[in-house]
Amino acid sequence: MGVMKRVSTIFRAKANKALDRIEDPRETLDYSYTTQLELLQKVRRGVADVATSRKRLELQMNQLQQQADKLDRQARDALAAGREDLAREALTRKAGVQNQLNDLQGQYASLQGEEEKLTAASQQLQAKVDAFRVKKETIKATYTAAEATTRINEVFTGISEEMGDVGLAIQRAEDKTEQMRARASAIDELMASGALNDALGGTPTDDIQAELDRMGASSSVDNELAKMKAELAGGSAPKQIGSGGTVSDAVPGGTTSFPAEQPNPGETQ
Amino acid sequence: MILRIMGEGQYRLDDSAVDELNHLDEALEAAVERHDEEAFGPALQALLDKARSLGEALPMDAIEPSDLILPHEGATIGEVHELLADGGLIAG
Repeated sequence: MGVMKRVSTIFRAKANKALDRIEDPRETLDYSYTTQLELLQKVRRGVADVATSRKRLELQMNQLQQQADKLDRQARDALAAGREDLAREALTRKAGVQNQLNDLQGQYASLQGEEEKLTAASQQLQAKVDAFRVKKETIKATYTAAEATTRINEVFTGISEEMGDVGLAIQRAEDKTEQMRARASAIDELMASGALNDALGGTPTDDIQAELDRMGASSSVDNELAKMKAELAGGSAPKQIGSGGTVSDAVPGGTTSFPAEQPNPGETQ
Repeated sequence: MILRIMGEGQYRLDDSAVDELNHLDEALEAAVERHDEEAFGPALQALLDKARSLGEALPMDAIEPSDLILPHEGATIGEVHELLADGGLIAG
């Protein structure tokens, strides 16, 4: 027997077992209807849960994107100031953030798919539960207990199968949502600990920004110094230091006023 | 015959369509028996695609037991084993 037939046989056996437990088959209908309504509630809660996880993921993706953008700006600023080492550091961190982001994007798509499937399952189940309620009343009103058995068996088996299927779909969505929650918490923790933040977000521990700021300050100090020297010497105007051009040997002390070695981001927390 | 694709819905199939599906189902079953995950994925996908193209979707409010049931798209061998072992099914 093929897979398709075996799975169907198992679903039917399950429904038959439940049917056998009840003496008056018409009672089965009322009992089944109650469980259908419960399942419907469960699917709706499931849809809401998945949506909540998806929104949380969206928020994190936005934060990561902002960080990536900021690191990109910092790399440009650093490069403009002739600090390739600093630009490299910023881009390395950006790549790390980008990796996280790409990963989350994949997860996001899968969660979105789960949400769509569960929403469809919820609508389908609603339609079937409504149809079941009508059938149930018709069967109860029209047939005697004995006559009703065959009709009930079919309807009951059909709805049981639907419920079994939907139940498993909820389980799958719950598993995925659970994985996603664990992941989101891990990223939240990373952000809270500063491991992702300190290079970014303009926080006091933003070492790349601090270096860029120091460079800005020191070049303006250099400018002023040069100006004063020129005034004292009464000579010609000093060479100006541009922030956009090559800085190489035109900077009189800009690159030597602080250590070239970059602090390890892991040690700045 | 009525066929269900789990997590998706039900389809009505005529006998010739069922024959075609049975052929693909043999490949799926062989993969399941051998625990051959590599063959299993494509075999399931082929079966699902064929069922969708040959079947006529039942209306949403239909309540009919299925003669054939296919695992959901993207299912793993482990999940199919669980199904066949009657694992995790909710009693109606």
